[in-house]
Amino acid sequence: MASKIRQAGWYRALAFTILGIAVCIGLSTGLRAAFGLNPVYDGTAVLQISLLMVPIFFLGGIGCFDYWLRWASGRKVVDDHADHGAKSWKDYFKVNTDHKVIGIQYICVSFFFMFVGGLMAMLVRAELAAPGRQFVDPNTYNGLFSVHATLLIFLFVIPVFAGIANYVLPLMIGAPDMAFPRLNALSFWMLPLAGVMMLLSFLAPGGSFAAGWTAYAPLSVDAPIGQAFFTIAVQFAGASSIATALNFLVTIITMRAPGMTFFRMPLLVWANFSTSLLVVIATPFIAASQFMVLLDRALGFNFFNPAGGGDVLMYQHVFWFYSHPAVYIMMLPGFGIISEVLATRARKPVFGYRMMAFSLLAIVLLGFTVWAHHMFVSGMPNWVRIPMMATTAIIAIPTGIKIFSWVATLWRGVLKMDTPMLWATGFIAMFTLGGISGVMLAMVPLDIHVSDTYFIVAHIHYVLFGGSLFTIFAGIYFWFPKMTGRMFNEKLGKIHFWLTFVFFNLTFAPMHLIGVQGMPRRVSDYAEQFATWNMIISISSFILGLSSLLFLYNMVASWRSGPKASSNPWNSLTIEWQVSSPPPIFNFDTIPSVVGGPYEYGVPGAVHAIVGDPAKDLVPAGAGATEGHS
Amino acid sequence: MWVSLAAIIVVASAIGIGIMLAISWFPAQGSNVAPKIDTFWNVLIVVSVPIFVSVVTMMLFSIWRWRQRPGEEGLDGPPIHGSTKLEVIWTIIPTIIIAALSTYAAILLLDIQAAPAKGTRVVNVNGIQFAWNFETKTDAGPVKSNLLYLPVNEPVTFDIRSKDVIHAFWVPAFRMQVDAVPGITTSYSLTPTKVGSFDIVCAELCGLGHAYMRSTVTVLPPARYKAVMAGLAHASAAVGGSK
Repeated sequence: MASKIRQAGWYRALAFTILGIAVCIGLSTGLRAAFGLNPVYDGTAVLQISLLMVPIFFLGGIGCFDYWLRWASGRKVVDDHADHGAKSWKDYFKVNTDHKVIGIQYICVSFFFMFVGGLMAMLVRAELAAPGRQFVDPNTYNGLFSVHATLLIFLFVIPVFAGIANYVLPLMIGAPDMAFPRLNALSFWMLPLAGVMMLLSFLAPGGSFAAGWTAYAPLSVDAPIGQAFFTIAVQFAGASSIATALNFLVTIITMRAPGMTFFRMPLLVWANFSTSLLVVIATPFIAASQFMVLLDRALGFNFFNPAGGGDVLMYQHVFWFYSHPAVYIMMLPGFGIISEVLATRARKPVFGYRMMAFSLLAIVLLGFTVWAHHMFVSGMPNWVRIPMMATTAIIAIPTGIKIFSWVATLWRGVLKMDTPMLWATGFIAMFTLGGISGVMLAMVPLDIHVSDTYFIVAHIHYVLFGGSLFTIFAGIYFWFPKMTGRMFNEKLGKIHFWLTFVFFNLTFAPMHLIGVQGMPRRVSDYAEQFATWNMIISISSFILGLSSLLFLYNMVASWRSGPKASSNPWNSLTIEWQVSSPPPIFNFDTIPSVVGGPYEYGVPGAVHAIVGDPAKDLVPAGAGATEGHS
Repeated sequence: MWVSLAAIIVVASAIGIGIMLAISWFPAQGSNVAPKIDTFWNVLIVVSVPIFVSVVTMMLFSIWRWRQRPGEEGLDGPPIHGSTKLEVIWTIIPTIIIAALSTYAAILLLDIQAAPAKGTRVVNVNGIQFAWNFETKTDAGPVKSNLLYLPVNEPVTFDIRSKDVIHAFWVPAFRMQVDAVPGITTSYSLTPTKVGSFDIVCAELCGLGHAYMRSTVTVLPPARYKAVMAGLAHASAAVGGSK
């Protein structure tokens, strides 16, 4: 037992967590006694300090810092790759430095939180099925939609893209791993902590955080202690995000295989390069906004208290300076996925490759100039509205270029309309709708009327569900054979798509209408006139929710016993498909050399990269790593 | 092929625009602002539908015409890498559309946010968790109430404040909305144009009772308005006196 506690792992994590709580109690009571505060023990104070510090103890216990601490203290460190790669399923529950293991960890944890957050959406829709109170009181209701949004944004869409890229990106650029594998592991482990913290808020006195995922001050400052769980969990999710983005940037800039110039990079790599720029620059702003709320709450600062000289609108400016770019953080990686899927399944080069790359960078740049379009009716100075409208509308131009180029990629191809392709084309249609309602919302006179209505709810779900989630499904199906070495059930995948597509639209399209007609968002009760539509929306949403179970079953069953996948089932040119499925533990025996563009489909004899003849003993029979070139 | 594709897009767009314009989107038009917003909405529909229809038609046509058929498993499409001409076209056309819409929107915005004439009636709107309070000065004295009364066809300015958290003062029939922000006074002006009762809704999450923070604005003919306000002023004074 004692040796188990000394070893990095779950036992030590538990011991460290208990130790951490004890330290926090000691720290809080000690300081309060020193300042002569009465009572000496204050539960709220202990809780807030614990939320900040105990996760760090846990991370220490699970083993995220072992190597660094040993190295920093001058002790001998062995680079034996003991924490690299997974030999059994148990290794996925340990700190691991293999980008492929971390990728899977990210994806599985993110999908866990997608199902939890989705379940909350079902509860929200159950409450909204009819006017009046059905199941939950207003406080619980506010908590449900707040935690739903927070989980799906910070614990699903953002990290699942990081997970997919973690797995695929180093392979795509011919790198043996990410640039900082231990930082990569730390980034991952902060994530479940943030998610668990958000869920634990339901146990807090006064209920979970209930000020929406936007947590506007002063509502969030005055809220019960559950709000602190959001304020602090976001710090961990944000730190995870920033560290991963730095890791991607360094990996992409320094670890590309010889010959992989920027303009030979697959667009998924471009997309994650752009996303990481956004994350590194913008994410500190949400950290700042939440630290200011925390200081207001815990220590009586007056950042957002007008009576103390504070400024209420400042919260929104700082918050949206992150949270608008965050919209692109949740979309650009999906753009990358779609480009990969379309080119491979349409058997054609991505149309206008360079413009596709430049438009990503244009979105990054413009993304920083539009934050106040969330604040058209916030009471900020009127003159700001027209410039922010213009910059917002301009983003439609690079986005339009992407949509038109994708359609042009399909033109005259040989289209294999399988599951990944259905999601990709479904995405184009749904995202076009989300983009159009986005341009409408940019138009200030209309936005004044529909601000904070169900029109907004419809728009964000067309962008984040019909947009981001469709690309995530496309990507998961597309790389499933590579990640697991097995094929998924194609028929189930198609049924999953059609059920989701139909009931997604039945759920969210009517929300445009009831929004314009006057139903505000974030309400547990509404006027009688909206009853019929809400019933239709709720029923559709339940079927939409159920359809995700098909996906879950398909993934689990196929991973366990699906037919074996070859190394390159889609006959793709990019490098990740030129190694076995799943790839060998260090990806490549010899670093590949890149000799051409990534999408030279239809060019006779075209090769993207020469992947060194892999040692036969690493590759299972029948999974020849170079068959894609034949 | 091109002619039939163009025909499909034109016909489908026409049908789409027809359906979208036939839908009754908005609540009653209760202010001078409402018809302008509704017209703007119709313009947005007319511009948007063809864009969506074009994208989807081209995509579905490609899927229908070039989907992989048995025996084509090993085939690749032609290596078309792009077309500068096309890319320039689909950069310039959206730019023109965006510029035109933004210009229209900017002119409309400047119109609806124009400063009110001097002497316009001012209603002080106070949002508190979870109700609206309205204060109006009348000849018979100040009127405080939870229900809002306005005379028809007379311009009014709302000065909006909050003491606790952020609320949003929205009358869907008037099509105008602004947040009530602690520490500052926000405002907008409009002219009610229709006699009747309309919902007042809080559109910014303000806590437990947010869903129930609703009230009613009653727009009355001027003579009737005067009578009602006189009665309310009397009641307000009585309440004030008894304190």
